[in-house]
Amino acid sequence: MNTKAHNHLDIIDVSVELGGNRVVDNVSLSMEDGETGSLLGPSGCGKTTLLRAIAGFEQPSRGRVQIRGQIVSGTGHHLAPERRGVGMVFQDLALFPHLTVFDNVGFGIRHKGSDAIRRRVYELLELVGLERHADMYPHELSGGQQQRVALIRAIAPEPDLLLLDEPFSGQDLELREQLAREVREVLRLDGVTALLVTHDQLEAFAFSDRMGVINCGRLHQWDSGYNLYHWPADRFVAEFIGRGVFIRARVLDEDRLHAGIGVISGEMSMSYPAGTEVDVLLRPDDVRYDPQGSISARVESAAFRGADHLYTLELGDGSRVMCHVPSHHAHQPGEEITIRLDLQHMVVFPRDNSA
Amino acid sequence: MMRSAALSAGGNSRGLQRLPSGWAIVGALTSLIILVPIGAVCVYLFTPASENWSHLVDTVLPEYIRNSLWLTVGVALGAGSIGVTTAWLTSMYRFPGRDLLTWLLLLPLAMPAYIIAYTYTGMLDVSGPLQGWIRRAFGLSYGEYWFPEVRSLGGAIVMFSLVLYPYVYLLARAAFIGQSVCVLEVSRTLGCSPWKSFSKVAVPLARPAIVAGLSLALMETLADFGTVQYFGVSTFTTGIYRTWFGMFDAVAAAQLSAVLLIFVFALILLERWSRRRAHFHHTTNRYQRLPDIRLSRGWSALAFIACLLPLLFGFIIPTVQLVIWALETYDTMVDRRFVTLAWHSFALAAGAAMVALVPALILGYGNRIHPSRAMRFFSRLSSMGYAIPGTVIAVGILIPFGALDNALNHWTREYFDMGVGLVFSGTVFVLLFAYTVRFLAISLQTVEAGLEKVKPSMDDAARSMGSNRAAVLRDIHLPILRGSLLTAMVIVFVDVMKELPATLILRPFDFNTLAVRAYELASDERLADSSTAALAIVAVGIIPVILLSGAISRSRAGTRPI
Repeated sequence: MNTKAHNHLDIIDVSVELGGNRVVDNVSLSMEDGETGSLLGPSGCGKTTLLRAIAGFEQPSRGRVQIRGQIVSGTGHHLAPERRGVGMVFQDLALFPHLTVFDNVGFGIRHKGSDAIRRRVYELLELVGLERHADMYPHELSGGQQQRVALIRAIAPEPDLLLLDEPFSGQDLELREQLAREVREVLRLDGVTALLVTHDQLEAFAFSDRMGVINCGRLHQWDSGYNLYHWPADRFVAEFIGRGVFIRARVLDEDRLHAGIGVISGEMSMSYPAGTEVDVLLRPDDVRYDPQGSISARVESAAFRGADHLYTLELGDGSRVMCHVPSHHAHQPGEEITIRLDLQHMVVFPRDNSA
Repeated sequence: MMRSAALSAGGNSRGLQRLPSGWAIVGALTSLIILVPIGAVCVYLFTPASENWSHLVDTVLPEYIRNSLWLTVGVALGAGSIGVTTAWLTSMYRFPGRDLLTWLLLLPLAMPAYIIAYTYTGMLDVSGPLQGWIRRAFGLSYGEYWFPEVRSLGGAIVMFSLVLYPYVYLLARAAFIGQSVCVLEVSRTLGCSPWKSFSKVAVPLARPAIVAGLSLALMETLADFGTVQYFGVSTFTTGIYRTWFGMFDAVAAAQLSAVLLIFVFALILLERWSRRRAHFHHTTNRYQRLPDIRLSRGWSALAFIACLLPLLFGFIIPTVQLVIWALETYDTMVDRRFVTLAWHSFALAAGAAMVALVPALILGYGNRIHPSRAMRFFSRLSSMGYAIPGTVIAVGILIPFGALDNALNHWTREYFDMGVGLVFSGTVFVLLFAYTVRFLAISLQTVEAGLEKVKPSMDDAARSMGSNRAAVLRDIHLPILRGSLLTAMVIVFVDVMKELPATLILRPFDFNTLAVRAYELASDERLADSSTAALAIVAVGIIPVILLSGAISRSRAGTRPI
């Protein structure tokens, strides 16, 4: 049981306005000590602004930000960024070009004794394997090395909270997930609580214990990655995380729906009265390729992805679903195959007639 | 409310974006002050014509316009062909001495047009060494042979072309290197020969850059006073000077200035327009290797000579002549008076270099902290001075500040029964102001280029690591900007050393500089005596050329001449 009066980070009903626009709209979330979290959303959704408000670069128009229970923003109070103990890694890394790697990393602790600086900087350089690069200048490093310098520079002063603003977006797509995992490991070793902003969900999954989906300034859900995928709180989250399509159905009873392809059953995300018109989410991994399956489908298009095919299938009632099929089951568009649905639970939303 | 006030006392600050609206006001005020001289002149476009003015229109104005037009056409052809040819040869081909010539070709920038004019006059005049040799060698006397007259419209065109082609060279070269090579490679894959892909692809692509370089050269041509005055070619600048000092007609001088400004504005528009197009044509940021086409021995020699000639005539020959004269005359010319001249030039230039940094920093930081259309507009407007002739700026300053001084003296006489003299228009103040107006573009551009290196996220990064605003300026901005600020100061310093017309008109009574002294001695036909002052100016002028050549060797597309 949580007996603490407060969490490590509390964001309570925070709104931020920029140039008259409400960019962050009434967001609340909290993080435990040592947790890693992500804010995920399309570009321009307000996630970076929220991060900057936590760092103190923007002032919330409403709500409070508390770090270790101390109010840093809110109720007429605004603590300057340099007094918050919040580290930040920037999208463009913002390494100081006129300082060596050593001086960059030591910038935040330069008021300490030279021995202490040396010890801490080298401890961190070793942590990321850059101890031999201490005397180089940022422009002499590769992109990945600059990334690591920016990271350890931000955690050198042992901040209460580390914020990362899309720090991997400059890297190759294949590298991002791996970098996110590496950074998480470094943070775990240093015991840092961190919040990452990204638009790449694989990066967020690899990085975080908890993550949130933001759109148009609103935080739609703040939860574990598993729950965001399997129990999305609303349509936006369901569509934003992972792949999937909605098919039309009507509620029969507590755990059965009647869809165009027959009756499907499973635990429902929300209960609706019988007869309600609903949409049910089908992820590619809910749809199983099965030669003995009861549902027949026509292959509309196929994308070979190495280990598997991703088929877009057209069902008897005209609705389309996606399906992962093992690599050796190759079918051409137009062929008929059979499938079955494998739903532990059903994500169901009231019918959206606009769609 | 009590509580929030108590908390606020605990050293917190307000949101970053809310604070700096004051900057916008300060920036706007700064550019308004900078724009005073241009505005003062423009007003006279709309004042009714005086009697002198209609006299000018009937007599000399057509000649001014005709001469100015011929000068522009001639210099465009001369500087354009020299600039494009040398840029093409040095950027596309490899021949012995190319790397050295690449930067030596910039040296004529160190030579003010009026000084090269004095030098060639001394060499080629009737009494000069060349004609003397011809007479002795062929036993002729004056009048029995034909020799081109240096002091003529044609001579002026040659002089300007020789010292102004580097503007075209610089921009055209940057365009050839950066823009065309990637396209050139494509055109090669599409089956064009090297020569054909160059003439069909590279030159048309570089045209905006060439036009931009030309318009800079033509701005200098229109701004010149010393050369045309000495050659007796009547243009607007000499006309303004004569109307002001000969006829004491401020209104007519201002009206002439306003007409000249119309020409200048046309050039500004031309330059801006072609720079924008140059920007569009710039397709890749990737650094491009030079194509490095090797030339056969014969073509190498031709290319070498083609690049050597402008350097020879634009810098080496006049410099050697200046050195020879200086050696002949230095024991009479380098005296205490010369030291005073040098000190005046140095102090003025150093002062102006520092003064011009102030509005540059205000506008540069304004654009950074409070980026807005208005702010950008104001800073572009205030950097217009680089195109405005010094004569026009001088007139535009003397009219309002003379009036201010008169009003001030009227007032002090009334209340204190004494005049305070010409506190503004009779002192170094107006000179420094004029230099700031004329050269602000240089310092502003350099400051802005420096500030671009300090990304806003660096401010945020430093603050998130415990630095307050002052510490950010001290530990991040100053070290990164230091080089740019120094460059800005050096370039303004040198330009002020070379500046003639504004100094001539605005200097306090009996206050001489090296440039003014060189002009006065040359006007008295004491060309050899003027050489020490001229040589000092040229020597200082080499400094920014060296800076520029450093920038060239690291050059990428879009490098602006400074």
